[in-house]
Amino acid sequence: MSDDPNALLDTWAETSDYRWGFTTDIESETLPPGLDEDVIRKISAIKREPEWMLQFRLDAFAHWKTMPEPDWAHFPDRPWGPLDYQAISYYSAPKTDADRPKSLDEVDPKLLETYEKLGIPLEERAALAGVAVDAVFDSVSVATTFRDTLKEAGVIFCSFSEAVQEYPELVQKYLGSVVPSKDNFFAALNAAVFTDGSFVFVPKGVACPMELSTYFRINAMNTGQFERTLIVCDEGASVSYLEGCTAPQRDENQLHAAVVELIAETDATIKYSTIQNWYPGDEDGKGGIYNFVTKRGLCRGDRSHISWTQVETGSAITWKYPSCVLKGDDSSGEFYSVALTNMRQQADTGTKMVHIGRNTTSNIVSKGISAGHGQNTYRGLVKVRPGATNVRNFTQCDSMLMGSECGAHTFPVIEVENDTAIVEHEATTTRIGEDKIFYLNQRGLTTEEAVSMIVNGFCREVLAELPMEFAVEARKLLEVSLEDSVG
Amino acid sequence: MSLLEIRNLHATVEGVEILKGIDLTIEAGSVHSIMGPNGSGKSTLAKVLAGDEVYEVTEGAVLLDGEDLLEMEADERARSGIFMAFQYPVEIPGVSTKYFLRAAVNAVRSHRGLDPLDAVGFLKMVKERAPMVDLDPTLLDRSVNEGFSGGEKKRAEVFQMAMLEPSMCVLDETDSGLDIDALKVVADGVNALRSPDRGFVVITHYQRLLEYIVPDHVHVLVDGRIARSGGKELAFELEEKGYSWIEQGSACGC
Repeated sequence: MSDDPNALLDTWAETSDYRWGFTTDIESETLPPGLDEDVIRKISAIKREPEWMLQFRLDAFAHWKTMPEPDWAHFPDRPWGPLDYQAISYYSAPKTDADRPKSLDEVDPKLLETYEKLGIPLEERAALAGVAVDAVFDSVSVATTFRDTLKEAGVIFCSFSEAVQEYPELVQKYLGSVVPSKDNFFAALNAAVFTDGSFVFVPKGVACPMELSTYFRINAMNTGQFERTLIVCDEGASVSYLEGCTAPQRDENQLHAAVVELIAETDATIKYSTIQNWYPGDEDGKGGIYNFVTKRGLCRGDRSHISWTQVETGSAITWKYPSCVLKGDDSSGEFYSVALTNMRQQADTGTKMVHIGRNTTSNIVSKGISAGHGQNTYRGLVKVRPGATNVRNFTQCDSMLMGSECGAHTFPVIEVENDTAIVEHEATTTRIGEDKIFYLNQRGLTTEEAVSMIVNGFCREVLAELPMEFAVEARKLLEVSLEDSVG
Repeated sequence: MSLLEIRNLHATVEGVEILKGIDLTIEAGSVHSIMGPNGSGKSTLAKVLAGDEVYEVTEGAVLLDGEDLLEMEADERARSGIFMAFQYPVEIPGVSTKYFLRAAVNAVRSHRGLDPLDAVGFLKMVKERAPMVDLDPTLLDRSVNEGFSGGEKKRAEVFQMAMLEPSMCVLDETDSGLDIDALKVVADGVNALRSPDRGFVVITHYQRLLEYIVPDHVHVLVDGRIARSGGKELAFELEEKGYSWIEQGSACGC
């Protein structure tokens, strides 16, 4: 027992570690480090890309060279950069099946234990552990059933590289239409060197017959550090897409710069959920992924709807603002976020809601949890353009602190240029209450169980937005991420 | 062996001594009331027994069924049979009462070597016991104590007690803030839980509660010590003469 509960919390936080981190040393075909036009031409050639795709990359690269690396994000505890972009290798061939474990027997039992803890379905564990994909498809007939079902519905769902070959006209029409290649430093870098990602097209009037989640998790394990995703929902179509997974992911590439573009046409609905659990580094802040992501959705048509949900528990640094441009009249955007930082993790995340159309609405719910020496920043923009009449926005921004060495910061910006708008912002900051923990202890629950219960309660509104099976995993992920972080 | 044995218990908060040597033995099946003026240490005693780390025990011993209670963390004490009904139950936003209570019931059951209750078994138990305190079962779908009225919070505490089946119940000023009707409901619930293998410590400032929960023993706490013990008639005497009667008595040493 200690007199100062905070001191106790801190001690626990110090001793927690990312026990589920896991790497294997597997040789792969890799371009030597460095970035110039030749490297980009090589990537494009390896992927047998058409000329317009190469040109897109080269334009982006030319512009990127003129841009300074951004330094405005709020990372009080961990100054970073500038990164050495010439020290990075920009292409690494996907692992061949010969390099992969042949079965679960060859997989680190610790990792399997984590899957068990997180409640990941049995049939997915092999795929997540990197067991050869073909072997997985042989054993998981459910995945091939998914492919057939999607095909029948007319939904296109494939890797980005495949889409460039098979559906060039669609890719060309939409690529860069929401996040232009010159949008920002990391988006420009991504546009120049992205290796793969996903492409989804849901045709007119089609409700995608399944969550694009399980299938994706099995197929997209090795998308690498520069991922590019493009999702288009045509008129009246709808889709729910889940990226990432609760299983811990380690990557030798420190820099991750992904781009996601969503386009919702008239009456279309896109729901995009993310669970991010990249390696966060050790308790001294060494290692860990720098996760600099540009995500933006365009509600192009009237009455279209885009909803972002994210659970961010990994990475050393996260820099990410999934946003909605509400162009169509009566369109709506949502952002639900849980960001958890422990040890020396830094998260600077939030959203931008840009209201252009009339009667557009947006809803923002952000829950930040800081433990250990973690720093959590909410950065948001709600912008109402002059022509956007009767706009409605509600923002709820809550922070929870565990221990006395962590921090929570909020930078909400509201710019309203139309006086019919109603914009509300509510914010709270709370320390995880000793009184709440004691109450639950007094009913027989351990402190770990109590903390997990309180934290899950704090995040409930956000977790409720996740597809059911992932909500269950996300709860457990929060539990595992905070394990040992409170005494 | 006594159910609970408190010997020469001293406790401080932030260096200030609040309990200055409490001796108290509670047999299974008995109800002890602890009364006393504000600041006499009544609630401190309850929280020290429950294991609140705000308080530091500096001297003395407490045995529950012969086991050293002070060696246990708060959650172990709870699983071993200590239950405290809080004077001010906290709210836990986003956690449904049902979910929380089932976790608590199963934590206690596992300690007792019983299988966990599944959702069906748990709801059956809820249905049986909610009427004991006239608890509206829809309250259980709400977040723990969130938006409960004062009376609902206290009823929910006694309901939790009924669900967890503790051997040693400590009620910390459960009567505070209750009107007479709510008080009767809560007292009925407590009375229904009285049994030969369960002990109660009922902490109260007023004699009023003891008209409904009739104690076997009454102790008056003054300045961190038990100044006087007696039967239930002591409570009536106190009501008549006020605490100053005993405070003066203890001050002059007679």
